[in-house]
Amino acid sequence: MMKNPYLPLPMKMVKNFTETEDKLIHTFTMEFLNESDEKSFPYLPGQFAEVCVFGKGEAPFGIASAPTEPGFLKFSVAKVGVVSTAMHMMEDGTMIGVRGPLGNSYPIDRLKGKNTVVIGGGFAFTTLRSLATYILHPDNRGDFGNLTVIYGARNPGLLLYQDELKEWETRSDIDLVCTIDRPVDGWTGKVGFVPTITKEAAPPADENTLAIICGPPVMIKFTMPVLEELGYKPEQIIMSLENRMKCGIGMCGRCNVGGKYVCKDGPVFTRAELSKLPNEY
Amino acid sequence: MIISKKDVPAFLAGLMGEYRVFAPVKTDTYTGFQQISLGTEAVLDFSNTKIPPKGILFPQSEKLFTYSVAGETVKVEEVIDDAKSVVFGVRPCDAKSIALLDNVFDNDKYQDPYYLTRRANTVLVGIGCNEPASTCFCTSVGCSPFDTTGLDLLLVDTGDAFVVEAVTDKGKAIVTTAGFAPASDADQAAAANAKAAAAVTCKVNTDGLKEKLDVNFYDGIWDLIHEKCLGCGACTYSCPTCHCFDIVDDAVGTDGCRIRNWDSCMFPLFTLHGSGHNPRTSGKERYRNRVMHKFKYFVDNFDAVACVGCGRCINNCPVNLDIREVLADIRGSEARLDK
Repeated sequence: MMKNPYLPLPMKMVKNFTETEDKLIHTFTMEFLNESDEKSFPYLPGQFAEVCVFGKGEAPFGIASAPTEPGFLKFSVAKVGVVSTAMHMMEDGTMIGVRGPLGNSYPIDRLKGKNTVVIGGGFAFTTLRSLATYILHPDNRGDFGNLTVIYGARNPGLLLYQDELKEWETRSDIDLVCTIDRPVDGWTGKVGFVPTITKEAAPPADENTLAIICGPPVMIKFTMPVLEELGYKPEQIIMSLENRMKCGIGMCGRCNVGGKYVCKDGPVFTRAELSKLPNEY
Repeated sequence: MIISKKDVPAFLAGLMGEYRVFAPVKTDTYTGFQQISLGTEAVLDFSNTKIPPKGILFPQSEKLFTYSVAGETVKVEEVIDDAKSVVFGVRPCDAKSIALLDNVFDNDKYQDPYYLTRRANTVLVGIGCNEPASTCFCTSVGCSPFDTTGLDLLLVDTGDAFVVEAVTDKGKAIVTTAGFAPASDADQAAAANAKAAAAVTCKVNTDGLKEKLDVNFYDGIWDLIHEKCLGCGACTYSCPTCHCFDIVDDAVGTDGCRIRNWDSCMFPLFTLHGSGHNPRTSGKERYRNRVMHKFKYFVDNFDAVACVGCGRCINNCPVNLDIREVLADIRGSEARLDK
C-alpha cells in the first residue's frame, strides 16, 4: 500500500499565541495525537507543511519549530485567508491536522563546518528560527562554525520570538543583530534597514561562509548587492521561495518557477539555481 | 487476432462482470467517454471525443478523503477507487497522454494513490485512427495514428472488423478471456494497409522549438501571442495532458471531505498569493506558462513534449487561438536572452 501524501495527521493545537503587537501574526504550537505520527514526520529546518483546519481547508506554512524540539510543531501564521483566519480565531485545544514534511530543507550538510550568516526580515523569520535553533542545540553546535543572525522588522513589536531573541543575545555562540526601521524610545539594538545593517554586521565572505536570506521581496532585492559586495558568490547565497500551493507534492501545477516546483524542488534554492530560472515568483 | 465489429457489443458486455466499461458515447451535441451498461452504447465511428478519457483516471472532481472531529478524536478515511475498468476506444494520442501523466502522478518523490490505483486497475483498449481529423497533428509531437504508447490493446479498423494487437500482458489477458479468433494473413494485410493509408495531413514544424523556448522567456513575442486569448480555460479543460488541480473542503462544521477539482493555469486566481502578490499577473504570463509547460518545462523534467497533437485546444478555443500557429510564431521570433 503506497503512502497517501494527501492525508493529514491529527494534532492538537495547544497554544495560539499572539506573536506581534499588530496581532497579525500568531504562533501556533501543535502536538501530535499519536506518537507514531510524530515518528513519521522527520523534518529539517527550511521544510514546510500543509496545516489543515477541519471544515475550512489547508494551507502551506514553513515549520518554525526545530527538529531538536521534539513533541510539538510550531507555525507562525499571518492572518490573510480562510484557513489562516480560522486558525487565528481558534481556541487552545482545538483539533487540527498537518501533512508533510514537504519540500527540501536548508542545506544542513553543506552548512556543517562553515560559518553561517542568517538574514531575515519581518515575519519571514520562521524557518530561519528553526535553523538557528537547530544549530544552537548542544548536540549540533559543535558541527557548525560561527553563527551570525541579522534580523530586522519595522518596529520592535513586529519582531517574532522576542523571548528567544533576548536569550540569544546573552549567548556567546551566536552573534545576534536586531534592527528596526526607525528609532523607537527604549530600543537598544540597531536602527536601519536590513541591507544597511548587513553591510555593517555580516562577515565578509570566504569559501567557508554561507548566507541564508529570507524576507520580503524589497529586502531581498536590496540585500543582494550588499552580499555581492561582501564577496558572496551566487552558490553561497541560499534563499527560500514562496508561491501559492495546493498539493505540496509537485502535481497540482501552480507553484512552478520555470520547470521547478517550489513545493517539491524547493522551497530552498541557491541564488545560482534561481538565476537559471525565469523571474516569475 | 480479430474481432468483427458486430461482435464488439457482446465483447464489451462480456467484460462488464469484472470491469466497469467506459466507451465513447454519442450525446445530442458531442461524443464523450461514459461508463456504459450496454455494449451497444459504444460508438465506433467517431473522430475523437470532445473531452479526453483522462477524467476516468483523474476525475474532474473527486473526493480524496472524509473527516470528522468529535472531541479529541479525529477520523480521516481515504476514498480510494480500486474498481477495475476497461476503457474502450481510446485514441492513441489520448493513450500517450496518459503515459505522460504517469510521470506527474508518480514523480521522483511522491506517488498519487488515487490516480495510480485507477491506472493499475484500468485496461486501455485503443482504436487506431484511419482518418485523422484536420486538426490532428500527432506526428509532429512524437505520436502517430497507431502509436501503442500507454495502450494495453490496439484495434486496427479494417472495415467490418478490428485486427487486435496485444501490447501488454494486461491486454493479452483480456484477449485470452474474450477468445478472439486468430487474424488471417489477409486480415493482417488489411490492417497494414489501413495503417499505411492513415495520413495526418497537418504538420507542425517543431525543429528548434525547444532551443528557442530555452532562451525566449523575456521575448516580446509573448506580448503579442496571448492577446486574443480570453483566459477561458477551454484549452486546459479539454487537454489530455493538463493536470492542474485545486483542493477544497466541503464541510459542515468540522465534518466533511476534501475534494480535488481540475483547475486551470489560465485563471488569475490560480497563482494569487495570500499577500495579494501574483507571479503571473496577466494573460501574457499565463499563456506563456502554458506554452512553456507543454514544450519546455515538461521536456526538461521528463524528456517529452506534453502535447500529443489531439487538436482539442484548437477545436474548443472560442477565439481560434491555434497552438500550431503559436508554435510557428515562436519559432519565427527573434530571441532575446536576458538571463
